[in-house]
Amino acid sequence: MRVDYLARRCGVFVLIVWIAATLNFFLPRLSGQDPVRTKLLQQAQLGGYVHSGIDAMVKDYDRRFGLDRPLWQQYLSYLRDAARLDFNYSIANYPRKVNELIAEAVPWTIGLLGTTTLLSFGLGTFLGALLAWPGAPRWMRYLMPPLWALHAIPFFLLGLVLIYLLAFQIQLLPMFGGYSAGAFPGLNVTFVWDVIRHAILPAMSIVLVATGGWALAMRGMMVTTQGEDYVTFAEAKGLRSLTIFVRYCLRNAILPQTTALALALGNILSGAVLVEVIFGYPGIGTVLFHAIRENDHFLIQGIVFTVIVALGLATLILDAIYPLLDPRINYRRT
Amino acid sequence: MAHAAWRYVRRNLSLVVGIVLLGLLALFVGIGHLVVDTGKSRPLSAPAIRPPSADHPFGTDRQGRDLLATMVAGTPLTLRIGFIAGFLGVGIGSILGFVSAYYRGAVDSVIRGIVDIGLTVPGLLVLIIIAVSLRKGLTVDQMALIVASLAWLNPARTVRAQVLSMRERGYVEVARLSGMSGPEIIVKELMPNLLPYLAATLVNAVSAAILASIGLEVLGLGPIDSPTLGMTLYWVNFNAALINGWWWWWLAPIVIILVVFLGLFFLTVGLDEIANPRLRRAI
Repeated sequence: MRVDYLARRCGVFVLIVWIAATLNFFLPRLSGQDPVRTKLLQQAQLGGYVHSGIDAMVKDYDRRFGLDRPLWQQYLSYLRDAARLDFNYSIANYPRKVNELIAEAVPWTIGLLGTTTLLSFGLGTFLGALLAWPGAPRWMRYLMPPLWALHAIPFFLLGLVLIYLLAFQIQLLPMFGGYSAGAFPGLNVTFVWDVIRHAILPAMSIVLVATGGWALAMRGMMVTTQGEDYVTFAEAKGLRSLTIFVRYCLRNAILPQTTALALALGNILSGAVLVEVIFGYPGIGTVLFHAIRENDHFLIQGIVFTVIVALGLATLILDAIYPLLDPRINYRRT
Repeated sequence: MAHAAWRYVRRNLSLVVGIVLLGLLALFVGIGHLVVDTGKSRPLSAPAIRPPSADHPFGTDRQGRDLLATMVAGTPLTLRIGFIAGFLGVGIGSILGFVSAYYRGAVDSVIRGIVDIGLTVPGLLVLIIIAVSLRKGLTVDQMALIVASLAWLNPARTVRAQVLSMRERGYVEVARLSGMSGPEIIVKELMPNLLPYLAATLVNAVSAAILASIGLEVLGLGPIDSPTLGMTLYWVNFNAALINGWWWWWLAPIVIILVVFLGLFFLTVGLDEIANPRLRRAI
């Protein structure tokens, strides 16, 4: 039943959140040393103007995860903090909190990733369906080899090439950042246009690669559904070929495509993180990159946890929509 | 015989393209090791930032590495990470997939649950947490182990699905009725039929592992003093070679990475064709 299904999916989501928090807590402790404490002490020894901040951070860290407390108490207090998305201060950017830094970067990532994923999924599915359509124009067959080749390339690699060709050689588009250095953020036409111009290249490097993947998968599914008995039956009934194509083949091929989208979100995100790094795009990926450089453990953990939770949520939403697409799911009891 | 082979080659062009691409790469590395002094891949062994010339055919980077030597030394390292992680992943994954699909029940629920959850989590980020926690001058092999820690998820899922469909086939039923034990059936009946699938899965896993390792390296979590392809890209990004117009620095690693991924991709497509002959009709 529908409610069962949703309840089970919500259960899985809670499980994912719990596992993410647990990994975040235990993995750094597995290595024997405490990298957070080491980093904090290093920073404290360097001294300088951040010294007082470091002292406060060490005190706070000790209060929460002090060695005098048993492991399970530390673990519980970590879980409580994680549930409130409280990840302490950023070591490299004291006195800024980790969740402030994340909140600033998230809109950029969601904007870039949301647009490109929707665009490539829609475009790829459409192209893939067309490729399998007997009535498609002949030249479309020549699209296949480049789509295949592009699909095998990592996003960021194409990004590097695009920067060189379109930003460095012919200087058509900006090569770096989310908006021009002197631009004043605000809701006006100049700024929005500036942001869009900066987003084109990173978006292109994701869309060009991802579209090929979706098109290939969709074409494969279309070929399979076209061989099904119900399609032969529909042909025998004398239905119009367009009706057969849309209502019988396409409708069924869309289902596995949507499931694949839910599964692929993680990979797309991993790829997009690197694209952001290459372009210096002010999203989560770039913040993560700098955090890794600075050994900023609180920030790294905060980002990883937030992203896993956000992705779990996106998958949950997709799964909740899925029964609307596939009426069979309502009747399935497991 | 030769005629039949030629006809098969024409039908399965992807397999040939994949093998040729990877063969060229092997040739480059093999001949390179004979001709080029790989010691030049260390910093300060050549003048800094020279465009390609007779002395340095691929140019040199800012820290004074000869890029040809770096590519010759680094390509096998990157492939090594991919192969170690890929083999481990497919080995562990297919055992879990077999057990899960063959015995069903509670074991299956647990394994499937872990795999399903593991696959929705962005792998690179989990690897980042692992790498950050362990970081104390990683070596290439440690890098491979880190990548392998997630590389078994996909193989486990693929193999499970295949075995599930196979265990209902007639010949498995016959084997069971004739008194074969579970492990015996897995090894003698299922395994041979699965081999082409496993080969395709392996190539996929190697490709995914290389991608993950390059990702970690570009973020600065790689083996910092090894000249792998990913580390070269890290230095490219670190020194802003793109903006400075040092095109030769990133051209070589990008071309080699492209050849690696395209070669592996066409190899999988070709192997898929062998594993799943029904595709022949479609393409």
